[in-house]
Parts: sequence; C-alpha cells; structure tokens
Amino acid sequence: MIYLLLFFEFFKIGLFAIGGGLVTVPFLFDLAERYDWFTTAELADMIAVSESTPGPIGVNMATFSGFKAAGISGAVTATFGLVLPSVIIMIMVAKLMQRYSGNTRTHDILGGIRPAVLALILFAGLQIGKIALTGSLEVLMFAALLSMMRIWKQSPVLYLGLAAVLGIALKL
Amino acid sequence: MIRELWNLFALFFKIGLFTFGGGYAMLPLLKAELVNKRRFVNEQELLDLYSIGQCTPGIIAINVATFIGYRQKGVCGAIITTLGMVLPSLVIIVLIASVLQNFADNRYVAYAFAGIRICVAALIADVLFDLTRKNIQNWQNTLIFIGALVLLVGLSLSAVWIVIIAGMTALIFSEVRRRRK
Repeated sequence: MIYLLLFFEFFKIGLFAIGGGLVTVPFLFDLAERYDWFTTAELADMIAVSESTPGPIGVNMATFSGFKAAGISGAVTATFGLVLPSVIIMIMVAKLMQRYSGNTRTHDILGGIRPAVLALILFAGLQIGKIALTGSLEVLMFAALLSMMRIWKQSPVLYLGLAAVLGIALKL
Repeated sequence: MIRELWNLFALFFKIGLFTFGGGYAMLPLLKAELVNKRRFVNEQELLDLYSIGQCTPGIIAINVATFIGYRQKGVCGAIITTLGMVLPSLVIIVLIASVLQNFADNRYVAYAFAGIRICVAALIADVLFDLTRKNIQNWQNTLIFIGALVLLVGLSLSAVWIVIIAGMTALIFSEVRRRRK
C-alpha cells in the first residue's frame, strides 16, 4: 500500500515539477507535512546530502525520500515514479521533433531560444561560482582549472577527480 | 543490439555517476560525451534539449537521457538510458542512508566537494566560451541573450518563462525577416 502511495506521489512530482531538480523541494516539504515518512528537519539534511553526492539532485532526493519511507523497495518505487512522466513525455517529444525538424518556423524558434538557454546556463554557473569561490585560493584554483580545460580539452571526469584531490590536499 | 544497449547503459551510468548538482552542472559532461566523443547529437540539438526540458515536466537530466536513448534505440533505448542515469543515485543514496550516515559531515568529503564545486563552475565557464561563440552571432541573438539575463537577474523570472518569451521573440524576428523578403 505504501508503495502505491509513494509511486503516486512521486509520479505527481515528476509530472508537475517543471525545470531543474531543485524545483522538487517545495513538493517534498508538502510530503513531509502530509505523511510521516520523514520530518522537515530530516528533509533539510536530505537536500544537503543530495547536493553533495553524485547524480541529479531531483533523483537523489526522490531516492532518499523513498528510502526513508519504506527502505530499498521504497527508494526504487519513488525513483521509478519520479522518472516515468519524463520518459513518457520525452518519447512523445522525440517523435514530434522528428516530424517537425524540417519546419523553418520550428528551426527559427529553437535557434532563438538557444541564446536564452545560454543565459540560463551562465546564471546557473554564477550561482555555483558564488557558493564555490569563497576566497583567493578558490579563485586561483578556478583560474588554474579553467586554463587547463581551455588548453588540454580533457574529459570533465578527469578535472572533477583532480579537483576533489586538490580540495582535500588544500583543505578548502 | 544487446551490446549497443549495454553501451548506452554504461554511458549514462557514467554520466549519472559524475553529475554533481542540477541539470546545468551536467551540461559540460553531456557535451564531452554525447557531442564530442560519440556524436549522438550536435551542440545545437543539445541546447534544444535543454530548451524543451525546461518547459516539459520532469527533471532535465532524465529528459535528456530519455531523449538520447529513444533517438538511438527506440523505447528500449529510452528505458535503458534512464535506468543507467538513476542507478548511481539509487546505490549511493541507499548506501549513505543506511550505512554512511555521517557522510555529509565528514571533513574530507566536505573538502573534496568544495574542490568539485570549483571544478563544476570552471567546467560551465569552459563550455560557455565555446557555445556563446557559436550561437550568438547576430544582433537578434545577442538581444535575446542579454534580455534573458536581465529578466533572470533583475526580475528573477523562472526558467520556463525565459524560454517561452525567448521563443516568442524569435518567432517575431523570423516573421519580420520573412515579410521583408
């Protein structure tokens, strides 16, 4: 029974949370109030962990909530509920895109949205930068990493690993 | 077929494992893996996926995974890539919630993540250098870029509205251009 409820609640979140993973946060607070799955204090910890572990934040939070509510099967159920609307809708979108890809109006509109998406990416980058670049050592590391990326063009995974090691070595 | 599905699964498992933060933080990784290395999509298509993901329900990371999976191998592919994307989260979060309860409080984990956050900021800056050069070439696009930034910073408008307004502006520009011809 709890699985059905979990599936239904997270399916709803997947369907109504439009945009990035953090959009799911208000929905989760609502869940904390309506069910005894987790408290709002626990939710704050869950958000902190979701932000500092690999994986998209939204998926992490669904997994965590499901686990708190009903163990491993709860985690799987909540995650499955969260992603199902995306999967169904994106398959339909992919079909539509194939049909309208030759249309010049579609082409013009998508081309015009791209600069706006770049603005959104810049904005997201600035927000991460505001949290990450807290001192001169951090700024120096940012500049060094960015120069390396511009010159060597290696895989992001390599730089992420290097940054983690540097973070521990420099006690950031 | 099985081999190709396995490769898709492994690719998205890797992307899920090395995504830190939200949908935008994973763009550099997606560009490196899907555009530069495998050529599943080009840069423009990847940005279009973000536009669509921003206005459709669900988490952008999952939207991108499903779309790419479907394009490569149909419904089966869509399911496989989505599974690959969520599996690292499932395993890691369940581990943390059950065994490593002080994971987030650990000093060394905090140091490592301070480093990783700096790296994510640098990766985004790096990708932006390439993308802005290629996608903001005329005055119309420059105007949309600056307008979007102003609306975001000044009015803290949500991303959905930014995309919708940009799309309408682009449609007007394209109609005007067509009339003039």
